[in-house]
Amino acid sequence: MTRIGLRILSAIPTLLGVVVVTFLLTRVLPGDPAVFFASNPAMSAADIAAVRESLGLDRPLYEQFLIYLGNLAQGDLGRSIATGQPVAAEFARRLPASAELTFLAFFLAVVVAVPLGLVAALRPGSLIDHAARLIATLGVSMPTFVTGLLLIHVFYFRAGVMPEPIGRLDPFLFEPARVTGFLTIDALFAGDRQVFVAALHQMMLPAVTMALFALAPLARMTRASMIATLGSEFIRSARAAGLSRGKIIVVYALRNAMLPVVTTMGMVFSYMLGANVLVERVFSWPGIGAFAIDSIVNLDYAPLQGFVLIMAAIFIAVNLVVDIVTVLIDPRVEN
Amino acid sequence: MTARAQPGRIRRALRGNPLNLIALGLLGLICVIAVLGPSLVPHDPLATDTAVALQPPSAQHWFGTDQLGRDLFSRVVVATRLDLLIALGAVALSMVAGSVLGAIIGYWGGVLDAVVSRLVDVLMAFPLFVLAMALVAALGNSVINVVYATAIVNLPFYIRLARSEIRPRRALGYAEAARAGGSGNWRILSRHLIPNIAAPLVIQGSVNLGWAVLNAAGLSFLGLGVRPPTPEWGIMVAEGARFIASGQWWIVTFPGLALMLAVFTFNLLGDALRDILDPRLRT
Repeated sequence: MTRIGLRILSAIPTLLGVVVVTFLLTRVLPGDPAVFFASNPAMSAADIAAVRESLGLDRPLYEQFLIYLGNLAQGDLGRSIATGQPVAAEFARRLPASAELTFLAFFLAVVVAVPLGLVAALRPGSLIDHAARLIATLGVSMPTFVTGLLLIHVFYFRAGVMPEPIGRLDPFLFEPARVTGFLTIDALFAGDRQVFVAALHQMMLPAVTMALFALAPLARMTRASMIATLGSEFIRSARAAGLSRGKIIVVYALRNAMLPVVTTMGMVFSYMLGANVLVERVFSWPGIGAFAIDSIVNLDYAPLQGFVLIMAAIFIAVNLVVDIVTVLIDPRVEN
Repeated sequence: MTARAQPGRIRRALRGNPLNLIALGLLGLICVIAVLGPSLVPHDPLATDTAVALQPPSAQHWFGTDQLGRDLFSRVVVATRLDLLIALGAVALSMVAGSVLGAIIGYWGGVLDAVVSRLVDVLMAFPLFVLAMALVAALGNSVINVVYATAIVNLPFYIRLARSEIRPRRALGYAEAARAGGSGNWRILSRHLIPNIAAPLVIQGSVNLGWAVLNAAGLSFLGLGVRPPTPEWGIMVAEGARFIASGQWWIVTFPGLALMLAVFTFNLLGDALRDILDPRLRT
């Protein structure tokens, strides 16, 4: 328990470092937010100076940082120049779209990759083993945005079994009352089967696209870890004691082999956070990644800054959860 | 263990795993295309001809034509050089800077080590692609900044690797011998220690190349870095994206396949180099 407490505390300096880097990224480097206004010919030099003052850009850097920290503490991520809306509100609106997609993709990847790795480990050198490795290597070599586009071509244009890749829901359907922001879950709350199925359908292609890329590391790690565990002393003892093969694999080997797999899951999740941006672009998904790209194009720095900060915070949280889960699975780590 | 590979070991590694041979063959092919490509292609990669826009692959245009009637085969081939240069430049930069920095903090330790290590921790707290995106946006939207961003994002891996490889070697016999022989710290580091950690760094670099290709193509797919009409795989995929839902599959597919082939080759190459340089690391 003390170890978990210490681990949570150790995330704080990293988080602080992330805040500093995110701040510097948009202040010291040439991305001066006032430049956006300067490009407007109607603005006089005095107007620009006024904007600088209102944004606090005329003050010394450390003061700007303290103001930024103060705003962050109140949940204020600044205002988008392009939409005029508070960035935090925009993210709150869009985060569920990204999260729902990422969770489904992660779930798909784990559900396919772990059994694949297991089967490969139980029969190393077999046809299934080689097939698993081939799929995994190809999956990791495919750029996510290309995979996504090809899937759209095959399943939407050719086969016609998937809906048009425009956002989260067919425009002819009504969104369910917002509870969690996850369309599938909200549809279940509302008891609307049709919307539930439609939302899930719409998520299928982007989720599979993200999952394909995550398959390789998960399957590889499961296989390697399982092979190592099956070759260890205590499995031999269990076998010598006459336990059944199924019991040995499921009860003894699997639990011990899961440890490095959980660590890999954390890594995979971080891949997905990055891949999210590309996948959301391909499928016109109204998530936070798509919002960040738009803000880059518009030289709108507050949303970009907020996006980077949120992604890093999620990433730190995921690593934290992974470490805690590791301690819970394996009491030895505690010492 | 030395970083130098004996010819026998190379031969064994190639014979032991046919994939290694395929990797080397593909690498040779890609290099030839990158060097000679622009002088081999049948069409000017920038020449537009709207009369033949959006044509599927044919004897005249092997990979078909795009929305402006440009020959896709020529564009895919010519793009090879730029895509490779971006990836190679980024990996070389981060490998050199990262190993030197990592070696220095690993050798001397102390306050510098503590500070740099914390910085590395912070850099690694960002999802890689997101950080690369933000860096390009902050540094300015240009090709050279894509190279810098990709290099910075990768820096932590080399720093950590070099640091952990140097630390246990500081007090090894040959370092002590060099010290007793009157060599200064810098000389021990540059002449004796760094050459000895070259193998893991080179392996990391070749695996990294595939990732760098994907990263750069992903950035230009989003409109960061390379600008149209320059032939580049990521941009070509982005241009083809508009037509994928209406059936013109070839604009996305061929540059996509080129990307995949390059990444696949570098990933295989990483495994092959591991077999040749450091058989103990085999998995």
